[in-house]
Amino acid sequence: MDELLGEFLTETSENIATLDVELVKLEQEPNNPSLIDNIFRLVHTIKGTCGFLGLPRLGAVAHSSENVLGKIRDHELEVTPEAVSLILNSLDRIKDLLTTLEETETEPAGDDRDLIVALDTMAANSGASKAAPGATPEAAEQEAEVVAESADDVEDGEDFDDEAGDDKKPELVLDFDEELGRELKPGEVALSELERIFQETVTEAPAAPNTPASTGSAAPVTQPKKSKEGEPSLANQSIRVSVDLLENLMTMVSELVLTRNQLLQMVRGHTDSEFKVPLQRLSHVTTELQEGVMKTRMQPIGNAWAKLPRVVRDLSLDLGKKIDLQMLGADTELDRQILELIKDPLTHMVRNSADHGLEDPKTRLDAGKPEMGKIVLNAYHEGGHIIIQISDDGRGINVEKVRQKAYDNGLATESDLDGMSDQQIQSFIFAAGFSTAAEVTSVSGRGVGMDVVRTNIEKIGGTIDLKSKYGQGSTFTIKIPLTLAIVSALIVECCAERFAIPQISVVELVRASKVSEHRIEMINATPVLRLRNRLLPLVYLGHCLNLDGSDQTTLTGDAEVFVVVTQVGAYNFGIVVDRVFDTEEIVVKPVTPLLRDINMFSGNTILGDGSVIMILDPNGIASATSDTALNETADNREDGVHHGTGSDSAAILVFHAGGDDPKAVPLSLVARLEEVDVNTIENSHGRAMVQYRGRLMPLIRLDESYAVKESGRQPILVFTDGDRSMGLIVDEIVDIIDQVLDIELKSDRKGFLGSAVIDGKATELVDVGHYLQQAFEDWFGTQETAAFGEGSSQNILLVDDSPFFRNMLQPLLEVAGYSVTTASDAQEALNLREQGQEFDCIISDIEMPGMNGFELARAIRTDGPWRETPIVALSSHATQKDFERGRTAGFTDYVAKFDRDGLITALSDTITHKEVAA
Amino acid sequence: MSSELNLDHNDIHSTVETREFVTATLDKQLFGVPVLSVQDVLGPQKLANIPLAPNEVAGALNLRGRIVTAIDLRRRLGLPPADKAKSMSIVVDHYGELYSLLIDEVGEVLSVPVKDYERNPPTLDPRWRDVSGGIYRLDGRLMVFLEVDRLLDFARPAAA
Repeated sequence: MDELLGEFLTETSENIATLDVELVKLEQEPNNPSLIDNIFRLVHTIKGTCGFLGLPRLGAVAHSSENVLGKIRDHELEVTPEAVSLILNSLDRIKDLLTTLEETETEPAGDDRDLIVALDTMAANSGASKAAPGATPEAAEQEAEVVAESADDVEDGEDFDDEAGDDKKPELVLDFDEELGRELKPGEVALSELERIFQETVTEAPAAPNTPASTGSAAPVTQPKKSKEGEPSLANQSIRVSVDLLENLMTMVSELVLTRNQLLQMVRGHTDSEFKVPLQRLSHVTTELQEGVMKTRMQPIGNAWAKLPRVVRDLSLDLGKKIDLQMLGADTELDRQILELIKDPLTHMVRNSADHGLEDPKTRLDAGKPEMGKIVLNAYHEGGHIIIQISDDGRGINVEKVRQKAYDNGLATESDLDGMSDQQIQSFIFAAGFSTAAEVTSVSGRGVGMDVVRTNIEKIGGTIDLKSKYGQGSTFTIKIPLTLAIVSALIVECCAERFAIPQISVVELVRASKVSEHRIEMINATPVLRLRNRLLPLVYLGHCLNLDGSDQTTLTGDAEVFVVVTQVGAYNFGIVVDRVFDTEEIVVKPVTPLLRDINMFSGNTILGDGSVIMILDPNGIASATSDTALNETADNREDGVHHGTGSDSAAILVFHAGGDDPKAVPLSLVARLEEVDVNTIENSHGRAMVQYRGRLMPLIRLDESYAVKESGRQPILVFTDGDRSMGLIVDEIVDIIDQVLDIELKSDRKGFLGSAVIDGKATELVDVGHYLQQAFEDWFGTQETAAFGEGSSQNILLVDDSPFFRNMLQPLLEVAGYSVTTASDAQEALNLREQGQEFDCIISDIEMPGMNGFELARAIRTDGPWRETPIVALSSHATQKDFERGRTAGFTDYVAKFDRDGLITALSDTITHKEVAA
Repeated sequence: MSSELNLDHNDIHSTVETREFVTATLDKQLFGVPVLSVQDVLGPQKLANIPLAPNEVAGALNLRGRIVTAIDLRRRLGLPPADKAKSMSIVVDHYGELYSLLIDEVGEVLSVPVKDYERNPPTLDPRWRDVSGGIYRLDGRLMVFLEVDRLLDFARPAAA
């Protein structure tokens, strides 16, 4: 039997059983809206599935029932016993049809006119001037026709009067009705029209059963391959086993494994035990049994997607669209229970993408898009969650339309809406009874779809997010927690207690002690670890969890500790633990409801030795320790999408140095944070110096307005480039914050780049360059005043292998109004070219490892889209000869590396030239 | 609301002759847990600490591959702490989750005549009233009927 059909039969039977109960309940509580919604959804699901499987008889009955239910839901029709029994009757009819379907795999010949007429009469008697379109047995066919038209093109002559239409083939032919002689919008049938239909319906109804034999030809677009198999059975190759049973098996097997381990332990001491051989066999069998049981629970998500290509294929035929369905990460494993639960929402969403998301070929071509629309399904693990993305490159969601609809439907007031971001407004599509599609089709559009999807996903503790850009497409992101899933986890110990950290969020492990290469340094009371030229914020696990004895570890700092570098989204941080053990495959068990509020744990598990341990949730730890970092990173990622400049968030060191306003520098510029004894500060040439690592290091104050401490220890920020270091005297280090550096106000004050909002406070950004210059007059070249490229928003690519200069120049250029993308070597720059990024100007260092600046310039000039892009060379060698060499290689201009203002001038000149030339 | 509950009990009891309880002592007081809700009786167990958990949660233990949350009844009832190593526990099922109730000692299974049931005296400590479904007058001593559902309902703030 066709697998799809088999599934449909089982599902529908279950749904119908529920419906029977619910309908009876509804009769008793006619005003219970959730009951009505639920019934409506179930019938909607049945109808929808019938449409896909090409079961017109079933579809028609379900559709008419749904119309009646729709009226009830909208309070246009009262719940009367007659209405309920009518719907129950139609359910019985559906059941009969299903039975035959199961036996013969085809819809039985016959006709349901009596029932449908009764249902439609009931729907129409609601007295509303508006009536649902599907008033004939051709309901399904009509809708197919509606869909076949372009979505915007809603004129449609529906063949309402074709009452003897049982023999109509479900072809996608548009019947323009001559008798009707007018175009109708679906859902806007004039009352007079409707009345005529009823009259005809009533008079012709008895005649209808005369043509039952012809129904056979009307049947399935998709005939099951084998129409007769001899035996009616769904239970041939697979059986349905309750998940509880599997869960139990799993528990038993785990217990068996533990017992085996204990036995093995006991026998290990005796080399010539008679138990050895049988035990070994037991061990093998147990392992296999365990794997087997595990397998029964885990299934690749591809299983849930298996029927999607078919669905999309049928849809693309029905809708007359060209759809390319791509499925990535189909082997991502999911707990079968979760899989079952997301199957339907996924199908719904793909259906939605195809129906509402993608435009028809003509509209697409007009919009400059390829004719073939794309729907991409992508599944992967991230941060202990399973992420499923469904994206299309269709028309996207029209915020204005959603807004209007939300207002019309009374979901929000005007003032509510005014205060909402586009994304919040778009989220209204998840509200119950919401659909922007102007027309109701059998595919989607009744406003139950996304609502159901969200409910189902939230039921399993997941979330669904929407990102949509009008005209460019939409992306739905479903995030499902890994509860129930099997993961590999790193077992760590802290304060004599063990914990599991999901391996998936662990980036690397670092051993830190006083003597090793890595050691934990403190900024105020904030621990950080220097890791590959970056400071990594640290979190002591003991502190996070309030463990006994955690204070000791922190205070002494002598003991060797381990830093588990963890990644949550784009935010990296280190979790400090005492010891690290092995990784183990663990079965995540949800924590007891009593502990659900503690977001530090994503579950608990039983280890191989039988002990119970908690599984840490890196997301929870991250958010508990630094709300800002997480939020800012999230915002930043969105920013990246909007502007496409690829600007990354940067860790920013916030400190106080004179005055109440916080000051900040990019953390990556800071080489070290030190405290020096005030007594060791010496004066030489009237400047404060301190002996630092065997050399003299000048100490600089931000301005003269504040005093150096008289005694004790003075915190300083050390900046280093090459063999030169400078210390900046500060009062206090406040925090390290990860966020996008966005300078909003330029500053006229010397030594400040401008102000930016950091951690919700206006913070002055210190121009380190200025102070470096104070410390070493030759650090940068001579100063030149130059006209800045005011108000420009040109894109600039900065290629430099030294992170110091990249970090130095990026804020500088951004202050001058450029948006800057950085590349750390020539290859990275060329990769950006491959990705199709465009820049107004490229600034490149000359001396770089691998391909140097000259070679890069030649590569750019030879061919490719950047052939015309001006390139400015940055070099510490600034002789006339160098200039000549640079120009021959293809550089437009040549600037000495430390001549900041010269660079700005050169840039604005170059870009102006380019624009004039263009 | 609690009086309503107790009335229900009376109704049930009027049709049943006796009820069976697993008895336990805690700080010399006799408690009874309905025998049908008891899954297991355990001796002293090694408990895994659960950081940040509510005070009443003593930890977690592995019962034949299932994770059981241990509830410290003494803390729940505001009694002074006892020697943990010696405590026994009664494992109960609560909406599919297993909980082990730490008590001092498990006694025998008693069949108690329903007629000996009485409501909580209104003067009972609120923390006790919170978890007690009533009192049974036994020969020579009183048994507090522990209502597991209410015992594990931490969300309901104790009147203490």
